[in-house]
Amino acid sequence: MSDIRHHIPEPLLLAYASGNLPHAYAVVVAAHISVCDTCRAVSEGHATVGGQVIEATSREPISSALRSRVLDMLDNPDPLPSTPQAKGIYPAPVAELFPGQMPNWKSLGMGVKQSILSQNRSGSVRLLYIPGGRAMPHHGHNGLELTLVLQGAFRDETGRFARGDVELGLPDLNHTPVAEEGPACICLAATDAKLKFNSLIPRLLQPFLKI
Amino acid sequence: MLAVRDRRDKSAFAQLFDHYAPRLKGFIMRGGTSSAQAEEIVQDVMLSVWHKAAQFDPHQSQVSGWIYRIARNRQIDIQRKESRPVPEEIKQPEFTELDSSQIVALEQEASKLRNAISGLKPSQRDVIEQAYLGELTHQEIQEQTGLPLGTIKSRIRLGLEKLRHDLKSMRET
Repeated sequence: MSDIRHHIPEPLLLAYASGNLPHAYAVVVAAHISVCDTCRAVSEGHATVGGQVIEATSREPISSALRSRVLDMLDNPDPLPSTPQAKGIYPAPVAELFPGQMPNWKSLGMGVKQSILSQNRSGSVRLLYIPGGRAMPHHGHNGLELTLVLQGAFRDETGRFARGDVELGLPDLNHTPVAEEGPACICLAATDAKLKFNSLIPRLLQPFLKI
Repeated sequence: MLAVRDRRDKSAFAQLFDHYAPRLKGFIMRGGTSSAQAEEIVQDVMLSVWHKAAQFDPHQSQVSGWIYRIARNRQIDIQRKESRPVPEEIKQPEFTELDSSQIVALEQEASKLRNAISGLKPSQRDVIEQAYLGELTHQEIQEQTGLPLGTIKSRIRLGLEKLRHDLKSMRET
């Protein structure tokens, strides 16, 4: 756990703590905090400030009906579902996005696989499986891409990323991640826009692969 | 809060409710929510405080900060109709000795923050409020808010280390 070198930048942690981060990124941040006490402490620090803001907010009168309703409901069972659990290498906020014990992998060729966990207009979050020694297709980004390593490690032009590390792909980052030899590298990746592939074939396939 | 967590004390909970419910409602309404909807969220949040009390750890959280976290989660779940991803909770050991020096030190850091916020100019305070109401995107939060967060982060880190240590020694016995 102390080996994590690449963390979530502060503005993203504050946006997450205050609830203003698009869902796809929030999944990556929640997954990273699940395995990184450094960022958990930062996030908790922001919650503390948020708590102080609540303490300083001017009060609004509460209806007496609400008060007695809440106090009457204390003996009812917890209506909210129980807290999700991790599944193997997948931290709880990732694990709750797929049924069963393993994600539903779809082959992208050359041993590379992906599993789309959620996708809508505001962005997408997916798992990528890259066999040891294999490269991810060369790609750039339109928006921000957040990649969290869950197993194995990869290297690209900017450094080495292992379990728990997060890489920030800004639009100007045009990179070719290569998985290290050894166990397959499994990553969680979130984007707010489609990836841009630089070679023709993946670009033609992009609408079908939904990358 | 500890009376609520450890003894399921309903009158202690009623006190918590009387302190936090009106402030929470004010906070939620600052974000433009109607009074009726704000009360629904307050109800959800306060019931979560009761049901999730076992997850509260005074070595790493202030009650108000913990409630803030629950409130943001509930508000987003309700407004966006999707479940907000939250980090895995670190399991609380069932019997753990309270480290009062850690709790007091964390309380002191929080009160320093409180003073820092009240010492800000109104315009700066507005920015803080907007940021923590979730009205600023990560692109808008370019700079730090100017609050001295360094010491509280390391203090919370110590709280987390205590928790990890307690869990480890529990597993070994």
